[in-house]
Amino acid sequence: MVPLPNNDIDTDQIIPARYLKVTDKNGLGAACFSDWRYNSDGSPKPEFPLNQPQYQGAAVLIGGHNFGCGSSREHAPWALVGAGFKAVVSTYFADIFNGNALKNGLLPIVVDAETHQQLISLSSEDPNAEVSVNLEDQTLTLPDGRAVKFPVDPFSRYCLLNGVDQLGFLFGLDSTINQYEQANPARVMTSA
Amino acid sequence: MSTQVSSSSPRTLFDKVWSNHIVRPQTPDTPAVLYIDLHLVHEVTSPQAFSVLRERGLKVRRPDRTMATMDHSTPTTPRNAEGIIPVTDAMASAQLDVMRKNCADFGIPLYDLGTAKQGIVHVIGPEQGFTQPGMTIVCGDSHTSTHGAFGALAFGIGTSEVSHVLATQCLLQNRPQTMAVRVDGRLRAGVTAKDIILAIIAKIGVGGGTGYVFEYMGEAIRALSMEGRMTICNMSIEGGARAGMVAPDDITFNYVAGRPAAPKGADWDQAVAAWRTLPTDEGATFDNEVVLDANTLTPMITYGTNPGMGMAINANVPDPDKLSDVSQKMALDKALKYMALQPGQKLLGKPVDVVFIGSCTNSRITDLREAAKFIQGRKVADNVRVMVVPGSQLVKVQAEAEGLDKIFREAGAEWREAGCSMCIAMNGDQLQPGQYAVSTSNRNFEGRQGKGGRTFLASPLTAAATAVTGVITDPREMVN
Repeated sequence: MVPLPNNDIDTDQIIPARYLKVTDKNGLGAACFSDWRYNSDGSPKPEFPLNQPQYQGAAVLIGGHNFGCGSSREHAPWALVGAGFKAVVSTYFADIFNGNALKNGLLPIVVDAETHQQLISLSSEDPNAEVSVNLEDQTLTLPDGRAVKFPVDPFSRYCLLNGVDQLGFLFGLDSTINQYEQANPARVMTSA
Repeated sequence: MSTQVSSSSPRTLFDKVWSNHIVRPQTPDTPAVLYIDLHLVHEVTSPQAFSVLRERGLKVRRPDRTMATMDHSTPTTPRNAEGIIPVTDAMASAQLDVMRKNCADFGIPLYDLGTAKQGIVHVIGPEQGFTQPGMTIVCGDSHTSTHGAFGALAFGIGTSEVSHVLATQCLLQNRPQTMAVRVDGRLRAGVTAKDIILAIIAKIGVGGGTGYVFEYMGEAIRALSMEGRMTICNMSIEGGARAGMVAPDDITFNYVAGRPAAPKGADWDQAVAAWRTLPTDEGATFDNEVVLDANTLTPMITYGTNPGMGMAINANVPDPDKLSDVSQKMALDKALKYMALQPGQKLLGKPVDVVFIGSCTNSRITDLREAAKFIQGRKVADNVRVMVVPGSQLVKVQAEAEGLDKIFREAGAEWREAGCSMCIAMNGDQLQPGQYAVSTSNRNFEGRQGKGGRTFLASPLTAAATAVTGVITDPREMVN
């Protein structure tokens, strides 16, 4: 666990726009939180938690309220996954980030304010403190053994657990989509 | 059955547009499958989506409901002697080439850099008449909420979802909640649509709209032009709402009428008749409500590092020590440190380095007219660089036909090609570390306009007043 308890961490902090000139999704991990993580000469800022030796290898990021606000860039979860994260914990997530994260195997875990505060304290005081996350029964288990339930969109959970691909699911609805299109002809054509 | 009950009970604008686009209803296990009428594509969030289609051997289902432009990573520097806008950044150039190839291979109309109708995706959709009431519109861009100004349901999506829409013209969506955002009264002189939305976000916070679709209503919204309504809907996402909508009315229809993609003749009459049924029914209920009084609004400005950190332009920067919530105090402390501002300080009179007039929030012809009218006969202050960036090539041509470019140039401002420019700082237009800007864009996040740059968000009028004085200025002091 690594604490980054700032409120409203926006996707421009997670991955600044100048890194968005790529045409694939790999290799963004090094640029994750770039402006908070590095000085202008490229040297790491020692005070930033992700640079501290005790937090290396952390898979769970404890963010502040409203994590992932701002731009729709899916580069944000790509960068977080690239930096080794499997879950982010907050009291709530911005809508677009939440959906993007779930499509990339990065679990956005919503907990109550008290648990959130407890996790911030725990991860700050003891860098080796561990939590375990169980998506199957939607629980986050704290070091003291307390298990906290968290909500997950049922379909996203199903897809993650069973390796179901959402595009494949939609593509399977082809005949239903055809019916809709026949009943609702387009008013606007872009290729006129 | 229950469908009969729901169709006769009062419904909101959102309810109507949502239910008109249900391909497969939401179930306890699966989200609704929502049909998308219009898919807007740009160079930054689409390459990986096209790669998915290639990997799977899929086609674009409806290229005739898809359009692409280049705006984010494109330079806005003047054309060379051959009339070409040179792209000097190799990565940006490669990304633009990928966009060209994807559009050619998949048959998608492309408004390429340097061509007559290119521009910011949220400016050209409405401009071409693609954006119409009652539609569902998506784009891999959070400011897609702009198109809600027409009574469309329009929202930003991630790149995975871009691939879903390219391949199936559908999206899996859980039904959001609705919030009525009512702005009563009338705006006073010098106060604009931008000030309304900055005031709304200051009131609810950047997370206040999470999970909601906004419907903006009330006398002040009804009185706005389409451009003003677009400015407001554009920044819905800055309040956390994925979409914001305004009920269509005669102002909407007059804006759409005659545009290239607008219905013509009998189709037009039929379309307008259908659009007139869209506004929220009397007695329909919302999940939440927020109310604002336009009569008491002043020009707004942000002081911090998110759009919710905004205040009346003549107010003082708030004091973190007066906040009881620890996390909010920490956030404000950090923001003021980044902005190098002191609690209690006035922003009026503070010198700035750059004034940026542009972005999908405020780069339309009315925005430029407003700013030009203010700047006409005046000079840009010596200490500021003023950039005016039209939202599209057509806006640029229109502005030049009206002589607005001359007004800006003669005053000492830069007149640029169309694009996102300094709003996103990935195209060569950016602040230097430590610089202050008054910007008509939508985000004041750390580094948003260039690493280390410091942004004050404000209206085009406030930006114009600041351009002339070189210090943050209340435009009302100069009009009166």
